[in-house]
Amino acid sequence: MTTAPILEIQDLRISLPPGGDRPYALEHLDLTVNPGEIVCLVGESGSGKSLAANAVMRLLPEPHVHVSAGRILLDGEDICAKSESEMRAIRGDRVAMIFQEPMTALNPQKTVGWQIDEVLRLHTDLDRKARRARALEILGDVHIPDPASAYNAYPHQISGGQRQRVMIAMALVLNPRLIIADEPTTALDVTTQKQILHLIKEMQRQHGTGILFITHDFGVVAEIADRIAVLRLGELVESGPAAQILNHPRHPYTQALIAAVPALTPPAHKDLSAAPVVLRAQGLAKTFAARGGLLSGRRQAVTAVRDLSFELRQGETLGVVGESGSGKTTVSRIVTRLLPPDRGEVVIGGRDLIHADRRQLRAMRRDIQMIFQDPMASLNPRKRVVDLIAQGPIVHGVPRAEAHARARELLSLVELSPAAAERYPHEFSGGQRQRIGIARAIAMQPKVIVADEPVSALDVSVQAQVLRLLADLRDRLNLSLLFVTHDLRVAAQLCDRIIVMQKGEIVETGPTAEVFADPRHNYTQALLASIPGRDWQPPKLTDAA
Amino acid sequence: MSVPDIEPVLEPQLTRPSRAGVLWRRFRRNRAAMLGLVLFVAVVLAALLAGVITPGDPLRRVGVPLTAPFADPATPLGTDQLGRDILAGILHGARISLLIGVVATLISITIGILIGAVSGYFGGWIDDLLMRVTEAFQTIPSFVLLLALVAIFGSTIENIVIAIGIVSWTAPARMVRAEFMSLRKREFVDAARNLGVGNVSIIFREILPNALPPVIVFASVVMATSILMESALAFLALGDPNYASWGNMIGQGRAVLRTDWYCTVIPGIAILLTVLSFSLLGEGLNDVLNPRQKK
Repeated sequence: MTTAPILEIQDLRISLPPGGDRPYALEHLDLTVNPGEIVCLVGESGSGKSLAANAVMRLLPEPHVHVSAGRILLDGEDICAKSESEMRAIRGDRVAMIFQEPMTALNPQKTVGWQIDEVLRLHTDLDRKARRARALEILGDVHIPDPASAYNAYPHQISGGQRQRVMIAMALVLNPRLIIADEPTTALDVTTQKQILHLIKEMQRQHGTGILFITHDFGVVAEIADRIAVLRLGELVESGPAAQILNHPRHPYTQALIAAVPALTPPAHKDLSAAPVVLRAQGLAKTFAARGGLLSGRRQAVTAVRDLSFELRQGETLGVVGESGSGKTTVSRIVTRLLPPDRGEVVIGGRDLIHADRRQLRAMRRDIQMIFQDPMASLNPRKRVVDLIAQGPIVHGVPRAEAHARARELLSLVELSPAAAERYPHEFSGGQRQRIGIARAIAMQPKVIVADEPVSALDVSVQAQVLRLLADLRDRLNLSLLFVTHDLRVAAQLCDRIIVMQKGEIVETGPTAEVFADPRHNYTQALLASIPGRDWQPPKLTDAA
Repeated sequence: MSVPDIEPVLEPQLTRPSRAGVLWRRFRRNRAAMLGLVLFVAVVLAALLAGVITPGDPLRRVGVPLTAPFADPATPLGTDQLGRDILAGILHGARISLLIGVVATLISITIGILIGAVSGYFGGWIDDLLMRVTEAFQTIPSFVLLLALVAIFGSTIENIVIAIGIVSWTAPARMVRAEFMSLRKREFVDAARNLGVGNVSIIFREILPNALPPVIVFASVVMATSILMESALAFLALGDPNYASWGNMIGQGRAVLRTDWYCTVIPGIAILLTVLSFSLLGEGLNDVLNPRQKK
């Protein structure tokens, strides 16, 4: 192709307000997007990738954050020199944006049709009838079933995947030259993600649009990218064609990022059939009753878990995987009795946790501990780290001084410095906080640890470290893990056996390697087929730092 | 499997100013809050030094009745109809106002925290019951209730303080309840429960410290209204006549308002500045404790 690039970013620099952790959010960024090309901008949180997108739309929170050097050329015209009213004409018409969370990006008060109509009204002089026809046509193009009824629906009345389709329809309706997609599939389930990625690719091929795709997920990158640019802390560390970066990364940071992507190869099957069962769940069921008020209409009761049974053996890691709404989080809360089930029993060490009285329960809490999803929310912000870790043992009668000494030892076990003991949770990064959460769980010397999405809030590189730590501790302390996750790559890394859940029921269970190699149930097959970038095996990098 | 460490594991910043130091620096940047602090310190000094500057009983006669301010060096702010020194009344009255402000606020905040915490943490029928009681209190205008209580139990200073505490706990209770309702769903509460921590400990040791900042800010408002309520009672001649109080002074000065304005205006200014100091302080505390609310 000899066509000129749609977007050319030259030596861009974005300044942050003084007093921040760094003077520039982005420095020396060079990037081009050609027609019909998908360029992935990859980076971890804080890398400045979203600011780059906002700079192209001229949506930076000026004047605190502003472009201080460089040029952004859209079809050869410098965007930075445009007036605000010229920019308004460009936004939506020549450059469109797809956001991460379609629920918040769409106006909840207006119908889908109204919102697409608005774009047309602002940028074209079509009459009402022509606009409606165009809106219905584009809704059909993004494969929304029954466009006419979707046209009249409010955003909350359609599913998350359909909302993202609507966002794409809005972005495409004027045939923009460039689409900026900021983590458009991060909030979606894997199966939906796959469909949306497919749709974006299809649309891009039909319309010849250039796409600047921002993501942190190398699986998605492998699925969709033509070219890749890797950002770290505002610096462009490497850019080039997708195949080259994915398979032969040069920069150590890119190499490290790619090495941190969990490979889809399950661990060798451990024969644990001889190991004693430490936790047995039998016939668990939970329905969330609808609590209708006097005036609000009664809502339907939701069955979160129906008739669930499983066994966890000593030293085993059992993965519970499923999409949102499958009931997997409810399972983790029932097993720890944070949520009372309607029926069933959870037997640990020969005693039933669910029907234990207050005193027994207190004693049994010691045996089953939990690691939470959001390490910020699960650590009391007003407590010092040492108090957080020592709290459990102190409650169970360990003398204060002894518990504190032990907490300090645990810090080194989870690879944190002893100086961390006196600090408060907000002084740590996400990965470090999760280490504190792990230390708190093992401080009780439990038999079973329930981990509810422990790494899903973390960046890939940190994710890999925390997973490695968990695996290491499990082997050293002979722990049993119940590992709840939506991420099959993560499950493949750690779990000996997995349970696949759909709508509150187990659809398939078995050793991870077997389930991955030969999924029986349709749903498992669909899940596995949806893992982004499943055909791409991260290269084994022997010389990685 | 060797994964290179990208994030250095041991990196928390080494220089860490103490929490109090940070808060003070943030507070100092706010000029209005500093003005509030200066006024507050002035009121506290007045209360502490009342016995030194104007020794003796502030209610005794010291000069010719209705001396104008700055006319007689012995009574710099003048005297009232009974020849009592207005400066002495203001200084000694500061003690009563502060006492009422602090004690009544403690009473109302304590009741409010207990009821709000239990209500918000347990929810269900406990919440329903406690909130109906709270609403019953809220439907009666608080000053009318205060009048009734004082009329029934008599207007000694202790009764007045307790009565003011009793009529002003409802707003803090609702506030604490709302905080607890949102905090009890947070994961750190689940984490504590999972460690086997009991309900009482969770309420007071886990959740309360997190719910406290808005309550502390609100306490300054309660202090200001307590002082106003006492003044209003005294103005209606329901205050404790054995103590020099600003409200009493205004109430008695009312009779000569048109001829000798200073008998009411000077204690009025004292009340104004004290209440202003509390609300400025409260505003400043709010900015300090919730820095994210403001740029």
